[in-house]
Amino acid sequence: MKVPLSWLNEYVKLPPKITPDQISQAFINVGFEVEAIDRQGENLKGPIMVGKVVSIEELPENKKPIRYVELDLGSKQNRFVICGARNFKVNDLVVVALPGAVLPGNSVISARQTYGKLSDGMICSAKELGISDEHAGIIVLPQGRIGSDATELLSISDVIFDIAINPDRGYAMSIRGLARELAASLRCKFTDPADSNILPKLKVLKNGKAVSVKIEDKTGADQIYIRTIEKVNVKNPTPIWMQRRIDKCGMRPISLAVDITNYVMLELGQPLHAFDADMVMGGLRVARAGKFSRLTTLDKVDRKLESDNLLICDTKSPLALAGTMGGLASEVTSSTTRIALEAAHFDPISVAKNSRSHKLSSEASRRIERNTDPMMAEVASARAVKLLVDLAGAKYVGSSVAGVPIKRRKFKVSISKVSKFIGYGYSIKQVKESLSLIGCKVSGGGDLITVEVPTWRPDLNTMADFAEEIVRLNGYQVIPSRLPIGKTGGGLNKMQQRKRQVAQLLANQGFSEVINYPFVSQEMVDLLGFTGDRAKSFKIANPISAEAPLLRTHLLPGLLTTLGRNVSRGIKDLAIFEIGSVFRNTTTLTKAVMPETSRRPSSKSIQSIYAGVPKQMLFIGAVVAGETLLSNWHGKGVGFIWSDAVAKAIEIVESTGNEFEVISSDLAPWHPGRCAEIRVAGKPIAHAGELHPRVISELDLPERTCAFAVILSELPTAQTTKAPAIWNQPATVQDVALVVKSNVTAAEVEKALRSGAGNLLESILLFDRYDQIGEGKVSLAFTLSFRASDRTLTADEVAEYRDAAIAVATRSCGATLRS
Amino acid sequence: MALDQAQINRDLASALAAIASAANLDVMKQIKIDYVGDKSPLAKANQLLASLEQVQRAEFGKLIGAARAEINQAFEKKNIELSAVRDSQVLLTEKVDVTLPGRRTLKGGLHPLTILTNEINDLFTGLGYKVAEGPELESEWLNFDALNIPVDHPARTMQDTFFVEPLDAKLVLRTHTSPVQIRTMLDERPPIYVICPGKTYRSDELDATHTPVFHQVEGLVIDENITMADLKGTLDFFAKSIFGENVKTRLRPSFFPFTEPSAEVDVFFDDRWIEWGGCGMVNEKVLVGCGIDTTKFSGFAFGMGLERTLMVKHGIKDMHDIVEGDVRFTQSFGVGKK
Repeated sequence: MKVPLSWLNEYVKLPPKITPDQISQAFINVGFEVEAIDRQGENLKGPIMVGKVVSIEELPENKKPIRYVELDLGSKQNRFVICGARNFKVNDLVVVALPGAVLPGNSVISARQTYGKLSDGMICSAKELGISDEHAGIIVLPQGRIGSDATELLSISDVIFDIAINPDRGYAMSIRGLARELAASLRCKFTDPADSNILPKLKVLKNGKAVSVKIEDKTGADQIYIRTIEKVNVKNPTPIWMQRRIDKCGMRPISLAVDITNYVMLELGQPLHAFDADMVMGGLRVARAGKFSRLTTLDKVDRKLESDNLLICDTKSPLALAGTMGGLASEVTSSTTRIALEAAHFDPISVAKNSRSHKLSSEASRRIERNTDPMMAEVASARAVKLLVDLAGAKYVGSSVAGVPIKRRKFKVSISKVSKFIGYGYSIKQVKESLSLIGCKVSGGGDLITVEVPTWRPDLNTMADFAEEIVRLNGYQVIPSRLPIGKTGGGLNKMQQRKRQVAQLLANQGFSEVINYPFVSQEMVDLLGFTGDRAKSFKIANPISAEAPLLRTHLLPGLLTTLGRNVSRGIKDLAIFEIGSVFRNTTTLTKAVMPETSRRPSSKSIQSIYAGVPKQMLFIGAVVAGETLLSNWHGKGVGFIWSDAVAKAIEIVESTGNEFEVISSDLAPWHPGRCAEIRVAGKPIAHAGELHPRVISELDLPERTCAFAVILSELPTAQTTKAPAIWNQPATVQDVALVVKSNVTAAEVEKALRSGAGNLLESILLFDRYDQIGEGKVSLAFTLSFRASDRTLTADEVAEYRDAAIAVATRSCGATLRS
Repeated sequence: MALDQAQINRDLASALAAIASAANLDVMKQIKIDYVGDKSPLAKANQLLASLEQVQRAEFGKLIGAARAEINQAFEKKNIELSAVRDSQVLLTEKVDVTLPGRRTLKGGLHPLTILTNEINDLFTGLGYKVAEGPELESEWLNFDALNIPVDHPARTMQDTFFVEPLDAKLVLRTHTSPVQIRTMLDERPPIYVICPGKTYRSDELDATHTPVFHQVEGLVIDENITMADLKGTLDFFAKSIFGENVKTRLRPSFFPFTEPSAEVDVFFDDRWIEWGGCGMVNEKVLVGCGIDTTKFSGFAFGMGLERTLMVKHGIKDMHDIVEGDVRFTQSFGVGKK
């Protein structure tokens, strides 16, 4: 909310030399964030005067219409100025900056020759004076003395604080509330604007001519005042001082009756609504929409009502969306003479629902949602009637009231409990003072004091609520600092350790980590050829971009996009990786369980809440293009190829202590002949290899870009490592060259050799592969290394093991010894 | 052949002269043969000792021994000198330009958000906290209701939430990591000391200071006798560890539905106050909703945006740099720079 210092000054007796920054700090100290300080008129220098338009000469020959205006400024000679605006006529009062005046933005006004005329000043718009963004036309004043200082008339010189109001402090969305807070923060005198002596003069008058009211839905409101006035001159202009205050608070002056309701709302925080009383059939009712199905609101939108919308109705039809927006049919118009002025204490939740179901947030609904002071219905309606009488010549007819008596809530607050909760020993004086400052009535003198809570503070209910008030008004700085230490032992769990370890592993090997948005387009899903679970995307109902409404089912979409972005920035050699969750819509989602929050839900409810959240697997993925060992003066570098991708994926799986097997795969978006699937315990855990050339060309990526992805969360946690026996006897090696059909994989052959070679086999290394041996055949040469614990193996013994290994390879892979 | 003292002295003198004048190690090899080895005059003289009488043998033996020892010593000394000369000359010819760049692999790096998260996790696990994580696609009930943010409360609309279809499954992209706190409180009994880092979502457009996908870290402590003093002490420790010993912290009253009292925590860094995060004592309603005995336990919670922390700490001017995945950005942080 925006509040002008000039208005606060009426209710807070501020220290004489206080600066705007100090005031801002005082607000911040008690929890009101000042988002901006607007020092209006700071860079303004006169003379800026009220002038009357005497004559207007149109200068038609220009591109845009230009006027040459004769002005009476109260001196003997009239002044002539050029003006581009058209929203004024002869006899209008305008604001004129004379030569020598300085406007915001350091624009110095001088007499100058323009459009073939001498322009001896400038007629100002609100924007030019720095008092609003309004620049559609110049200011036309409703009243003012010719030749007087316009800056004073417009009360330009002011400081406006733009304050963020937290949702639990509805009372502070008013001058009344913020003045109280400022006074409390600075410990200076506060006068409550609601305590002025309006009420005695505007007693509730029963009168048959007054519009009646009843509350039919008791859950919707507990307090409503309808005050009826007649002979209202709605066409009277709103006085400048009122317009300016409304302006400064960030609202727009509209017409006298509306301006008065807004003005009172800004001052006291109580939203008001004025009905044209002649449009009300019978009496007013607070009721749910029920069978009423439509209402056209003031913004001329025909709205379909929900049956539980809270309304103000007359006997026949709905007239307003309660606390949210009035209806068009009963709007106060220029022909209105009788007004029924409504002020009510509505149920915040009902109004929040009104606002939410119609996506309609108004100044009124924002206040009511955050709770208003029930006492203000009576006071604010009286205040508004007084203003209508004074400014619109209205006559107060009478009032109707409905509702229940307003409760005075009392609590016992234990000072020692508050002190123990906060960790600072508050004195009884500190507690009493701070609670009194916010409007509580405090009595009692021991540890347990009695606190009567003001009607505008429904948020004060528990010990912690009172503690917060005591803390904020005494300052957080008094609380000591103490460091507590956990008692159950801390640390990372296995998956957290794994995540950290694999990230470090890749980073140490030249990979750069990226963190991508998980938002994906359907086009990307199609392009990458995702099928099965990877095609089952969740859709965001309200995405940032309509093009990318899906949640990723895999890390590749983001990685490839980011790779492309880097390539487009001229980076040729790239290895990037990401660790992140993926989202697959693979379980049947049922209607969610939403238990009460006033106590712990049953175990069954908790379990069904947990079960309603889909499993989100954690992946590590990487894409690589170009060289990983870089070319330089030593010579050509080394590019990253499909088998490097497979090796990296294996390295990750191995680093988690899992056994694995590698088989060939044709999973999209990989190259169907260059993709390895890595399985752990028979389950696919990783894919690695070169990407499909079509994907590479569609995404404009470097040729032969490689990728791998490992499902970290599906890798079992390894058992504690058993240390191997380290044998010191010499190893004996045997080389074996085998010929197999080219569709037999190296892994299959190696597995066969391993299983046949016996338990003295220490290692197998594929040292050569030769595919020029004949159509459809390939030669694989392995070094088998054997070692025994207790002796040097003889050549004969090792030859025996080798032959046994070959025999298994022959049997299971069709391998023959290369001759 | 008879032994002659003068001859021995001449042999000694000529050996020493040869050694002294030797110019290189090749010459030294010849000198070794000529004056030191078995065929040297003094070696031969030594062989003659056997034929002498005992008195003479002792006398000449002493003389020859002393001469040979002197030659050996001079030879060794010279040999060391000449080796050093030879080494320095040879190595000089092998000198290279060590500033020539070596073979290099691509430079890798962890994302600074990961580095920061690791740092924070280490910090708090050191204080006896566990690291708690939870799903990013989360139950609306855990993200809002359980945190005292009812459906029609203005606070629910304060956070611009991404909703996920089908809507009646009530799934949202979590707007904070607080549902992890709820899960922890529902699953475990106090004392609870957890730190919850993770990815969070709000439907803000990406600009220099906002991103729809960001990271938070939250802390939660539930124990007996936990006060705001404990919260302050923890925040002071946290701020000093991240921003340096000289950083100051300040609490300002604020509002969060899940804490009461609530505060914003600011840090004084680089000569200005910076909003760092939110905190407070866990709202009794939240504790009760999780079945925690509020007559026995109280707790505090705090939460910070990691992007913001990074921007302040490292002087990052534009959020785009953090989210775009340009490797030059990540590489500048290396594999674990602070």
